[in-house]
Amino acid sequence: MKAQGIVHKYGDNVDTDVIIPARYLNSTSPLELAGKCMEDIDPDFVKRVKKGDIIVANKNFGCGSSREHAPIAIKASGISCVIAESFARIFYRNSINIGLPIIECKEAADEIEAGDEVEIDFDSGMIYDLTKKTEYKGQPFPEFMQKIIKAEGLINYINS
Amino acid sequence: MGMTMTQKILAAHAGLKEVEAGQLIEADLDMVLGNDITAPVAIQEMEKIEKKQVFHKDKIALVPDHFTPNKDIKSAQNCKCLREFAKEYDITNYFEIGEMGIEHALLPEKGLVVAGEAVIGADSHTCTYGALGAFSTGVGSTDMAAGMVTGKAWFKIPAALKFELTGCPAKWVSGKDIILHIIGLIGVDGALYKSMEFVGDGIRNLSMDDRFTMANMAIEAGAKNGIFPVDEKTIAYIEEHSKKEYKVYEADADAEYDKTYIIDLSKIRPTVAFPHLPENTRTIDEIGDIEIQQVIIGSCTNGRIEDLRAAARVLEGRKVKKGMRVIIFPATQDIYLQAIEEGLLSIFIKAGAAVSTPTCGPCLGGHMGILAQGERAVATTNRNFVGRMGHVESEIYLASPAVAAASAVTGKISGPEELGL
Repeated sequence: MKAQGIVHKYGDNVDTDVIIPARYLNSTSPLELAGKCMEDIDPDFVKRVKKGDIIVANKNFGCGSSREHAPIAIKASGISCVIAESFARIFYRNSINIGLPIIECKEAADEIEAGDEVEIDFDSGMIYDLTKKTEYKGQPFPEFMQKIIKAEGLINYINS
Repeated sequence: MGMTMTQKILAAHAGLKEVEAGQLIEADLDMVLGNDITAPVAIQEMEKIEKKQVFHKDKIALVPDHFTPNKDIKSAQNCKCLREFAKEYDITNYFEIGEMGIEHALLPEKGLVVAGEAVIGADSHTCTYGALGAFSTGVGSTDMAAGMVTGKAWFKIPAALKFELTGCPAKWVSGKDIILHIIGLIGVDGALYKSMEFVGDGIRNLSMDDRFTMANMAIEAGAKNGIFPVDEKTIAYIEEHSKKEYKVYEADADAEYDKTYIIDLSKIRPTVAFPHLPENTRTIDEIGDIEIQQVIIGSCTNGRIEDLRAAARVLEGRKVKKGMRVIIFPATQDIYLQAIEEGLLSIFIKAGAAVSTPTCGPCLGGHMGILAQGERAVATTNRNFVGRMGHVESEIYLASPAVAAASAVTGKISGPEELGL
């Protein structure tokens, strides 16, 4: 499994309130949520994002509220993977549970810049910055989580 | 190797004698919680599960508290979804408007969580029940769906940080000041993936309401959970509120902690977190003149009876500054009633504050006190992120009920001492 796309870059402590503000939480529709994704931190994100694009951020991405609407909005907006130095734990769980690929890698988070084209090989955990011609080794998932990701989420995993 | 309190509870719920940090386990759950924002997504997910059932109708709690009383048509639809689900599956612990409260104040009050239990909730502040000596943590809607069906959840056994509390807090210093001080010390990811284990002699000087506030905000340091040892105050609380059997777990003497912090409670000053992170803390002595337009007293962090009493002690015989909007939210119906009986609501209304039925309301920018561009609020809530309570160019200052009430009187961020109290 691979992902390839253009990078949208953010800093530390991107919270789930800015990923999807609470004023939109009266909706459970992934497409509606995607239309408001990142509105309070990057109002143009929705206009810029293309299918396959990648979010890169620094530490504690997805902190705050447990709203699963946040990874749902990111996934439905077309983002193929989020790379960060670290993730807040509930966001980490939620992403795995809904099948949004995420990777922890400090070096990649530090060095990759907005607009870079990046390719990720999920089987090896390798991250390639095609613009800078650099590569990084991401933190591999434990086997149990890989099974959930391969099943494209916890519900499919339970059904299987 | 010894185990921490959290590790022991998780081991027992996974049927294991021993666990160690980093180990993946599957734990049996004693309670699965959801609200009007997270449960509708969980219910949608549950529809995709082939084996549609709930693992135990008494061990699921559904609390419509966030956008209620329904703030708009979509929120009304979400609450309807919750109500119909509760009826279809005969869920015992569904709380309708009129009997509901803010979930993390309500569940302990109704005796639905006791010491030694393992609880997940699709709300990040589910960590509140650590005050009762339970393991409890926030999850998302899919985990909630899986938990409702299977009665289980997967966890990575957390490493731990130890907070040894000593001494007695000064007058006007509450659990809120202590936890803000700690978050300021370790940062918003200082306890990421870890448990925050509070220990030490100082705990006996903290009321249950102080402990609920502190465990509640463990998530604001990134923690998986925050947990307190069980003492006579905990047992008295549990026996007053619950008929459930409880179990007391204690950390082993040789339990491992990544780091130990010694916190002298007598040295802590009233503390305020500045925008836009709970870690941006300053003591009341370091603030300067910051004018505000709104004060919010309430939420799962600080809407309990002691919080209202502290606010009333400050507001009694005083008026909120002309032009200030002060809104007070008792966290549950029982707390509301108790506040009426103790005369607290009269004090609030005479002072010029508005009092609302229980709701999460403005804490997450839902309704009942949204901020306009450029406005500032002092709030007893838990997050001061960009746009959390309204416009992206509004500001939230997190503080204790006493500081919030004093600020309501002066119109700028103030401690009760400024009023000669």
